Amino acid sequence: MTEEELRQIKPTVTVDARGTYCPGPLMELIKEMRQQPVGSTIELISGDAGSAKDVPEWLGKVKQEFLGVIPEDNFWRIFSKKIKDM
Amino acid sequence: MSKRVVIVGGGVGGTIIANLLAKKMRPELKKGDVAIDVISDKAEHFYQPGLLYMLFGLKHYEELVRNEKDLLDPMVELHLHPAVKIDKDKNEVHLQNGVVIKYDILVLATGSRPAPETIPGLKEGGHWFYELDACLKLRHELMNFKGGKIVLTIGLPHKCPVAPLEVSYMLDEWFRQRGLRDKVDYTYTYPIGRLHGLESVAHFAAKTFPKHGINTETLFNMKEVDVNKKTITSLEGVTLKYDLMITIPPHKGAQVIEDSGLGQNGFVPTDRFTLKMEGSTNIYVVGDTTNLPISKAGSTAHFESDVIVENIASELRDGLTPFRYDGKVFCFIETGLTKATYIMFDYNNPPNPVAPSALIHWFKLTYNKVYWLTPMGIL
Repeated sequence: MTEEELRQIKPTVTVDARGTYCPGPLMELIKEMRQQPVGSTIELISGDAGSAKDVPEWLGKVKQEFLGVIPEDNFWRIFSKKIKDM
Repeated sequence: MSKRVVIVGGGVGGTIIANLLAKKMRPELKKGDVAIDVISDKAEHFYQPGLLYMLFGLKHYEELVRNEKDLLDPMVELHLHPAVKIDKDKNEVHLQNGVVIKYDILVLATGSRPAPETIPGLKEGGHWFYELDACLKLRHELMNFKGGKIVLTIGLPHKCPVAPLEVSYMLDEWFRQRGLRDKVDYTYTYPIGRLHGLESVAHFAAKTFPKHGINTETLFNMKEVDVNKKTITSLEGVTLKYDLMITIPPHKGAQVIEDSGLGQNGFVPTDRFTLKMEGSTNIYVVGDTTNLPISKAGSTAHFESDVIVENIASELRDGLTPFRYDGKVFCFIETGLTKATYIMFDYNNPPNPVAPSALIHWFKLTYNKVYWLTPMGIL
């Protein structure tokens, strides 16, 4: 998705994991991905540059959809969609 | 007119808040201008971190339990009936015995519990130490374990995020003491691509696990357990064989939170600084009950409680709530049976474990004994 398209998304849930070191952004996404119903769009806000790499990698492994990432000032907005049960 | 502060939950957070508030507002309590109620479904207050030690026979039930009534300030009223519904529009808490308690300010301190039933086969195939009965059962399994594959699995969310590390280090030393270590193949799994959520702790584990002979499997999120084949498969497609599976099950919040429509899976959307329920002006949330992406730990509840008490007292006296939670958390980490380290962090400062020492271990053992001063609002 383009950045413009990502900015149009109204996520089902937004998880702001900035400034939270434990459990950390990817663990928060995993938790939400398991809890939300199929079809949900999840926005993860992370202050950890590594999330922009870790998240798509994990989504690929579990075959959920990575929609894209918007880099902001010192944080990243990462969008994903739950496309199947897990 | 008298103001009523109602606290749902008699765990560490709920009890600290009741006691600190009772101390702070003693004059108003004596005059009848303020009343404090605690609602709990349990007459006993249990020190959950003690279960890690009970697993190795180092603590006994009697050391880990007190009557909630004995811990509470005499001016706090305790209702030993489960809350079954919270009506935030009418400012009411409904108890199972039919009593309805009106509140001016509500504190949700309902905690979280392991929910192994959420992963197929986990309840039947796994063992955990986060609850009393399960801990005793696992203790017996360990005592009878003569060798084979032990796999540690971790669900999300879970409380006490350092406990999986602690139990791994402690088991290593315990099996060595019993002369069985060379017969035990131990694998620590973790949900993300490193060994702990905290980067510095993950590095600490990566550096020390090889010395302890602990195998690792990262990016491992439990999907299902085959009890007959004794295998666990991850969402990422990896299957591990086990003879004994120790698990930190995924947790859920309290049923009354879900039933009252206050939060998915029993966790309440909460402002990370004010600790008020999102969209509410008179409901505070503490400890495991929040949906905040921070550690679900007793120390979190403790530090949050200090802020909530200051704000409630300030609100009742002056109508102001100026205090903010900074995300502070403190955790001891046992690195075996004789040494420990610790971490301390907040929203702006990441932790960095110090070198493990016997002194920190003794400090932890001492805290285990004096814990009761914490819910009493003394320590």
